[in-house]
Amino acid sequence: MIRSRQVTAIAGTVLVCSMVSAALLTRAVDNLGPAAPLQQMLYISSPKLVKRLCLGYDGLLADIYWTRTVQYFGGTHSQGGGTYKLLWPLLNITTELDPHLIPAYEFGATFLVAKPPQGAGNPQKAIELARKGIQNNPDDWHLYYDLGFVYYDQKDYRDAAGAFLRGSQLPNTHPFLKIMAAQMAQHGGELDTARMMWGATLQTSHDGLIRANAAAHLRAIQVDEDVSLLEELVEKYRDKTGHYPATFSEMISAGLIKGIPLDPMGHPYSLESNGRVVVSIPDDLPFLDKGIPSGYVPHAAPKLFPAG
Amino acid sequence: MNSRVFHIATNTFREAVRDRVLYNLIGFALLMSAAAVLVGQVSIQIERLVVINLGLTAVSLFGIVIAIFIGIGLVSKEIDKRTLYTVLSRPVRRWEFIAGKFFGLSGTLVVNTFFMAIGVFGALAYVSHHFVSSDIGILVALYFIVLQFVIITALALFFSSFSTPIFSAIFAFWLFVIGSFAQDLRNFAAMTHGVTRWLATGAAYLVPNFSALNVITQVAHGEPVPHDLIVLNTIYALVYSMAVLSAAVLIFERRNLK
Repeated sequence: MIRSRQVTAIAGTVLVCSMVSAALLTRAVDNLGPAAPLQQMLYISSPKLVKRLCLGYDGLLADIYWTRTVQYFGGTHSQGGGTYKLLWPLLNITTELDPHLIPAYEFGATFLVAKPPQGAGNPQKAIELARKGIQNNPDDWHLYYDLGFVYYDQKDYRDAAGAFLRGSQLPNTHPFLKIMAAQMAQHGGELDTARMMWGATLQTSHDGLIRANAAAHLRAIQVDEDVSLLEELVEKYRDKTGHYPATFSEMISAGLIKGIPLDPMGHPYSLESNGRVVVSIPDDLPFLDKGIPSGYVPHAAPKLFPAG
Repeated sequence: MNSRVFHIATNTFREAVRDRVLYNLIGFALLMSAAAVLVGQVSIQIERLVVINLGLTAVSLFGIVIAIFIGIGLVSKEIDKRTLYTVLSRPVRRWEFIAGKFFGLSGTLVVNTFFMAIGVFGALAYVSHHFVSSDIGILVALYFIVLQFVIITALALFFSSFSTPIFSAIFAFWLFVIGSFAQDLRNFAAMTHGVTRWLATGAAYLVPNFSALNVITQVAHGEPVPHDLIVLNTIYALVYSMAVLSAAVLIFERRNLK
């Protein structure tokens, strides 16, 4: 009996020690060289072959491929972007395995259309994916909205209006699609239209990341408007005094503004010596067209705050 | 069911439980818990889909493995242990032995599926906090999975009645794989001509039609399963299993057990 316990104790100790050693050795081997290029590898590139090989369990495999797509996109994005060359094949396989996996079309189109390093910068594939989604799920208005958004991003306001209009004609559609179709046809490139688009995304999406992204775009639009207005006032100050103001306090004294202007994050705007109005913490305000401090290099991965 | 078949079925069930078959439920529970917790963190908007897809796929694969690996030993183990001679020396006919084994293993798989279904619904409740009316489709998918088990049990028993366990396992597994391509096989057969067409069509209809019994992806998206499909699949599984069991009885009746 005692001998048996001894054997159990020794075997148990050896087992634990061996497993811990094996794990440590694996880490040591991993640290020897660069990580294996697993993420850049697609073992089977044919969607039809993958579908055949999964023996009818295509739903689960689609979920796995979608998760892999998200991880691939997130991993590439966090490493500063790149070509995202596997993004389209992964999305194609995912949607071939499960043609009704709506998140893959919705998010996939967003990932594909965004300009590098934020995304793949491949609007043609984004349009192809959104159209494939519509073909497989013709009654889902979200996909028409996504297609319209991709066209809008490409400044193709006529096709964007068409996509929104077709989506607005579906039963159970969201009423704003009709408004968007009209807005797109009349005022495609205006800031108000952009504000409405992102506002609609913020209101209709339940996903935290998408909502945070929409909120960041809305803040960027607000900054664009603020900076345009403030720079007009700076020009007025210069016309009046012959020089640019060094601080906003000088503009307050001149009666042009009532207080120190704040950006949507609550930080004060800054003035550069050439009269440019810029945000003070640009990292907190991604997607800006105006108000970017001179010499600022944006991070590859935009800083997003949860939408309230 | 006559009492002799019932007794053999009960003993087969007990034996499976004694063989710790239901231990797979622990693995299944861990898998579902991990999926429910982890997927939300590594993917986007598919938590519910993953729980349904992974849950039903795991129920299906766990059951198929159990059906094959227990089914192939149902006859050969009794011969190896020489317990078959004791059973058959009593007033038990060979077909009753086969039928009892079939019902015993099928019953084990139904019980196993019942507990795994509780796990699937538990994980679903954890992830989505509520059920929707279309979730009734999950029960239909589970029912179809049970029908798969019934057919595979019959096939494993059939092979077990004349072959060694290892070959029985290979045959049963390959028939499962080929049966998953049943729809494609029929399509290929339709593309041929003449005698080849007859032979190919015959082969395509001979293999079990597992492709029609898999509605997992469909129910995961909340799509309804047609009533006609439920009725036809039920009849198909019963008729096909009956045919395979009849073949098993025919072989076993003629088998020289000395």
